[in-house]
Amino acid sequence: MSEQTPVRTTRAVQLTESREALGGRKQFLGGWRRRWNRMARWQQWLFLIIVLAAVYYLPVANPWLITTEPGNDFPIACFQMAVYALVAVGLNVVVGFAGLLDLGYIAFFAIGSYTAAFFTSPDSSLIHIPYLWTLPLALGIAMLFGVALGLPTLRLRGDYLAIVTLGFGEIIRILATIIPAARGQVGFKEVGHPPGTASDGQPIFSVSNGVPWYWLAVTVIIVILLLVGNLERSRVGRAWIAIREDEDAAEIMGVPTFKFKLWAFAIGAGVGGLSGALFAGQVGFVNNQKFDVATSMLFVAAVVLGGSGNKVGAILGGAIVAYIPLRFTAIADYKYLIFGIILIVLMIFRPQGLVAAKAHLLTYSRLALDKVSEFRAARVASEQEKAAAAEAAKGVPNE
Amino acid sequence: MSEPRDEKRERVPVENDPNLGAVPESVPNEGPADADLTDIGPDPTPEADTDVPDEAELAEVLAEAGIDEEVAEAAASEREIAVEVGEKIIEVKAVTVKFGGLTALDDVTFHINRGEILGLIGPNGAGKTTAFNAMTGVYKPTSGDVLLEGKSIKGKKQHRITRAGLARTFQNIRLFGEMTALENVVVGLDARHKTSVPGALVRSPRHYREEKSAVERGIALLEFVGIAESANTLSRHLPYGSQRRLEIARALATDPKVLCLDEPAAGFNPAEKDQLMDLIRTIRADGYTVLLIEHDMRLVMGVCDRIVVLEFGKKIADGSPAEVRADQRVISAYLGEPDDDAA
Amino acid sequence: MLATLFSLSAALPASVSTDNSWINFDVTSLLQNFWPATFDGLTFGAIYALIALGYTLVYGVLNLINFAHSEVFIMGCYGVVFTLTSLGFGPNAPNLSIWAIIFNLILAMLVGMVFSVVTAFVVERVAYRPLRRRGASRLAFLITALGASFSIQYLIFLVRGSNAEPAVTMFIPTPIFQVFGAIIDSQQLTIVIAAIVMMVATDQYIRRTRVGRGIRAVAQDPDTATLMGVNKDRIIVTTFVIGGILAGAAALFYVMKVPSGVIYNGGFVLGIKAFAAAVLGGIGNVRGALLGGLLIGVIGNYGQLLLGDSQWTDVVAFIVLVLVLLIRPSGLLGQTLGRSRA
Ligand SMILES: Nc1ncnc2c1ncn2[C@@H]1O[C@H](COP(=O)(O)OP(=O)(O)OP(=O)(O)O)[C@@H](O)[C@H]1O
Ligand SMILES: [Mg+2]
Repeated sequence: MSEQTPVRTTRAVQLTESREALGGRKQFLGGWRRRWNRMARWQQWLFLIIVLAAVYYLPVANPWLITTEPGNDFPIACFQMAVYALVAVGLNVVVGFAGLLDLGYIAFFAIGSYTAAFFTSPDSSLIHIPYLWTLPLALGIAMLFGVALGLPTLRLRGDYLAIVTLGFGEIIRILATIIPAARGQVGFKEVGHPPGTASDGQPIFSVSNGVPWYWLAVTVIIVILLLVGNLERSRVGRAWIAIREDEDAAEIMGVPTFKFKLWAFAIGAGVGGLSGALFAGQVGFVNNQKFDVATSMLFVAAVVLGGSGNKVGAILGGAIVAYIPLRFTAIADYKYLIFGIILIVLMIFRPQGLVAAKAHLLTYSRLALDKVSEFRAARVASEQEKAAAAEAAKGVPNE
Repeated sequence: MSEPRDEKRERVPVENDPNLGAVPESVPNEGPADADLTDIGPDPTPEADTDVPDEAELAEVLAEAGIDEEVAEAAASEREIAVEVGEKIIEVKAVTVKFGGLTALDDVTFHINRGEILGLIGPNGAGKTTAFNAMTGVYKPTSGDVLLEGKSIKGKKQHRITRAGLARTFQNIRLFGEMTALENVVVGLDARHKTSVPGALVRSPRHYREEKSAVERGIALLEFVGIAESANTLSRHLPYGSQRRLEIARALATDPKVLCLDEPAAGFNPAEKDQLMDLIRTIRADGYTVLLIEHDMRLVMGVCDRIVVLEFGKKIADGSPAEVRADQRVISAYLGEPDDDAA
Repeated sequence: MLATLFSLSAALPASVSTDNSWINFDVTSLLQNFWPATFDGLTFGAIYALIALGYTLVYGVLNLINFAHSEVFIMGCYGVVFTLTSLGFGPNAPNLSIWAIIFNLILAMLVGMVFSVVTAFVVERVAYRPLRRRGASRLAFLITALGASFSIQYLIFLVRGSNAEPAVTMFIPTPIFQVFGAIIDSQQLTIVIAAIVMMVATDQYIRRTRVGRGIRAVAQDPDTATLMGVNKDRIIVTTFVIGGILAGAAALFYVMKVPSGVIYNGGFVLGIKAFAAAVLGGIGNVRGALLGGLLIGVIGNYGQLLLGDSQWTDVVAFIVLVLVLLIRPSGLLGQTLGRSRA
């Protein structure tokens, strides 16, 4: 940590202050946020319920123009978007909050998929458990891998983590190929699904019917969002953002940075595993061909595009990254190129992504707002008082 | 890299908290000046501070700063207020720090007494910041030892040293730019919080308790340093003076035994420096021990009980302001340097 | 399940069928082929070391891992293959005099270097410089580097498709001498000697020349170096270019060793291995890169013999990387070019 004397001219200070005075500049999707914050609690809830209803209804509605058909089945496309959104929510914890570049996300995704396959597919010789149990199991196992990978790398500089995780993404795929028990390209068929049969005797959660899978995925996203939101508005979220902003300063302010980085990494890995298990269930088949390390780059693109450090942005980014190749099948082959270039362009011109919003880091943020309003009111009152006094003082000689 | 910092400011749109409307034209950048909003006037004799060397002076300070005891109490709620200048709270013993061939600190020994304001001065590059870094665990001393209340803290993790009671500010401001002023302070408060990650995940009762007290104490601390109105402003949007004050509030939030300030007045004008002096005196009056690095002689001489002088990594003097001012080596070390040299 | 987790087969070779075993150890194979595997590993290691130098040098001056360096290398491979193909080389070695072959190979290497250097230059200009100007966060650099890396990969994919380039054989290796019963052939000798010569040259260049001093100065303290009149941007570009030149050379040797290994995403795993080599030797340390490269090459080969599949070399290299980071993150020879921490 090299200390430097800040070279601050009065001019620079003036500039900062004038910028401060300018207040909030208009920004893309920023107005929404302002409007949202101005709403009362019940309005927010109402709005949320309407949005949620629309989200759940989406695959059934299959709206014109938005639909990915005839190229891709729309409900299944919706499911894939949901999976990407979930991935982005998890990766956002690592990249967006803690500022760690995790490029092995596809590996955790793969670990989750294989967990579901190993414990539900008839091709596996391990014990079998109901599919829904594999979701928490996948989360747990992926977390363990996350910790194993994080322990050696998180003490070091961020780039080590990036390249080690990038390598890990490829290694998992290779291991799936060369370890006999992972069955390489042959893979695992008939991965399990949640229970329930429709009236026609078909399982509700069938490979061809995306709608229930989509609903399941959206529900999982909501649960994860709530939990991540809890973390965000606590000392954990504050520690993450502090680490992202200035790791050394955070450590000196008493934040056990290594511990919180490891948590972020493990939580991210866990959500990756969870999404992998969901994905494996819907597709019903897992082999070594599905986990291209380039997909990790798409995941990062999802977070960065939406706006890192921001849950709404992550969901949006994830959905967009999944949607574009599904909707515009003509350019599907170029998706890695397109999103690779988008990454560069974004980082250079708009590093805050589409939805630029600040993380909410206090459970009692309203209390804080109220207190500050009190201060302002008090100041205004005292200023008025002074003005009145001055007026009175001026008034006397005039008479 | 100070240039990119400014560019960043320019690029990222200013965020405003909508609930508060637009940020007022001039956000206060001088703390105590607008402390009048705390509505209570001077409070001449706080009983708790009977041990303070100069009662009259303190009363004056408090009055000037417009800080009433209640606020000070809230800011320092969990500490006993004992301002006796007493036993050694920090001992720096024969510490040497080397960077490759360069010896930045050479066998430096000094101590800080509980309740005093110790000045650490010296020409540029003398090793003052390095001494801070060696004490707070940023650098591990090549040799020597650092004791906090008799226990060695050398080589301990930085966050542990902070929790052991040593907090600091940075010479080049290092706030968490994307956090509001209040959130910055709450990060400091978190050093004393115990909510675990699972606890936060399910929102345990402790979590709620700590969060609530964090907001209250955080606001009180901001009020203490005089920037409560900017509590919900992103710290990178704060004016420079408020940023320096926020650094102090954040360090105080960790509830330190010793507060180390690294050139807190750098870039301040004389009026702001006066306010800062008052603030430092108030902090001490609240029972904190203060270690102060500062170039401005007037400020140092005016506020410190004792001064340690470094030059080229060696300690060349240690004594009361009057003694130091009279010291021949100090005079020659500073010869040619203007008195009012603000980094 | 535990019974099949590790099965030690001392006599039987590893079975490749889809049984339910997890890992099979084939100790016999390792013992039997120990020396040939060692020398072969050294050859691969020399190639890794050349690539590793690119990582190390850029890391030295920028304190950043250049993710796109693997693509710098693979572009060099394409340059080499295009040149050789247009010179009439194909799957079978051409019937040329030794001097003609040497001339052709040097030509191919130069073109490979040009390809690599241009790629490195473009990456620096497009992905790094704008961010540096803006003083962006480390994360931003890593993300653009990632974007650059994949953009290049899929640009190649767009132009050349998903298949590997047709093999080009440069010459048939002829045995030169024997050590410990293992034959050392002309190919191995060429690669190792040429690579070591290039590395010594690089080392000397950085130690002795003015530009080299500049590189070291920037690595030690960019701000002071700038104050002393070193043009930081120039030094950074130079470093990228040197990395590109070495990657171009590595490309020639790689194509020589693996004639059909040139594929759009082929740089990726090699990049990871080279990075592992750089870290093992001590990132930022030129000599460390050589040591690390050779070690990774050899250890990877042992892993392949022991575990039975050539892809194990990648896994083993990765495990070595993680272990090094765990036990001795500064690497075997320590970090010299740059600092360990800013
Ligand atoms: N991380 C480091 N690596 C190498 N040298 C360093 C490092 N930190 C400080 N130094 C050197 O140590 C010496 C003391 O620096 P230090 O920052 O402690 O001085 P200072 O007394 O705080 O000066 P100033 O008044 O300018 O803040 C200087 O020569 C400086 O260049
Ligand atoms: Mg200093």
